[in-house]
Amino acid sequence: MAILEADGLTKTYGSLCALDQVSLSLESGRIVGLLGPNGSGKTTFIKICNGLLVPAAGELRIDGSPVGTATKALSAYLPDRDFLPDWMKASDVIDYYSDFFSDFDAQKAGDMLEDLGIKADQKLGKMSKGTREKLRLIVTMARRAKIYFLDEPIAGVDPAARDYILRTIIANYNTDALVVISTHLIADVESVLDEAVLLRNGKVVLHAPVDEVRERTGKSLDEYFREVFAC
Amino acid sequence: MAWNFEKGKPIYSQIVERFRKNIASGVYQPGQRIKSVRDLAVEAGVNPNTMQRALSELEREGLLYSERTAGRIVTSDKDKISGIRREMVTDIAEQFIRNMRDSGISDEEILSIVRQILQEGQKS
Repeated sequence: MAILEADGLTKTYGSLCALDQVSLSLESGRIVGLLGPNGSGKTTFIKICNGLLVPAAGELRIDGSPVGTATKALSAYLPDRDFLPDWMKASDVIDYYSDFFSDFDAQKAGDMLEDLGIKADQKLGKMSKGTREKLRLIVTMARRAKIYFLDEPIAGVDPAARDYILRTIIANYNTDALVVISTHLIADVESVLDEAVLLRNGKVVLHAPVDEVRERTGKSLDEYFREVFAC
Repeated sequence: MAWNFEKGKPIYSQIVERFRKNIASGVYQPGQRIKSVRDLAVEAGVNPNTMQRALSELEREGLLYSERTAGRIVTSDKDKISGIRREMVTDIAEQFIRNMRDSGISDEEILSIVRQILQEGQKS
């Protein structure tokens, strides 16, 4: 059964159409890539799913309900921007998440930080960009959510950190949960995805299993993407 | 990522190939238990469903089998293993012969080159 269903979802910013009649049905137990160039509507879609934006038209249902308090409790959301303040220590972040989310596994998050060598009393302001990104991912994945929305989780970090982040996603998501990863770094996430959703100018131009695309086109998803979006 | 995949081929079929090769060459021993789907997926850097699909395919081929408590185990069927080894080396040999013939030399010459290289290899 589809856990996320969008029907004719549309969002406009003034005269700009950020999402144009997006209809999507995503099932539990999958890792889905929301792929497209900058400005194609990826973040807008994820923000609507998390109730940060209201669509101009269309409908969205998560686990059968319109977006609201109940669906937010099921959704673990990693925004594309760093939102945690510099003064917080790693342990403060864990307490913060424990307060906000009843499905947050503080023990698991603590263990993962320890594995990475991040000390509990280390301040975020003193961490590298890659470390902060890993920390934000860890606290997101330590929730026992039904849907994970990861907006650009690997942008701006080095290849080793990317590797760590992708492995952490594979190793930690509930197998009955849906994971939505938005990125334009397709080559890096390709092998991790079940399905790809390609967005262009707010429209869905492809929604297919990754291996099916590779089989049908004889190309990697990354090569196919470059072809579709060639200028 | 730890496992390398070619660009234009489905990932699951490349995982199947990799296992076939490792079982044929004895990297995975007959009767050996293999890791869980999730652990293998993390190691390979692939989607767990893709890994699951590949392992199911290998089960259908009879190279792996499931035991309820012990997970997945490599077949102990020696004939089966030597069968896929034979199939694999035949493929390699056929490809080699095609390449050699494409360079415009006769089958006798191919044989004599192969013999010569094998003899040189023995000496060293």
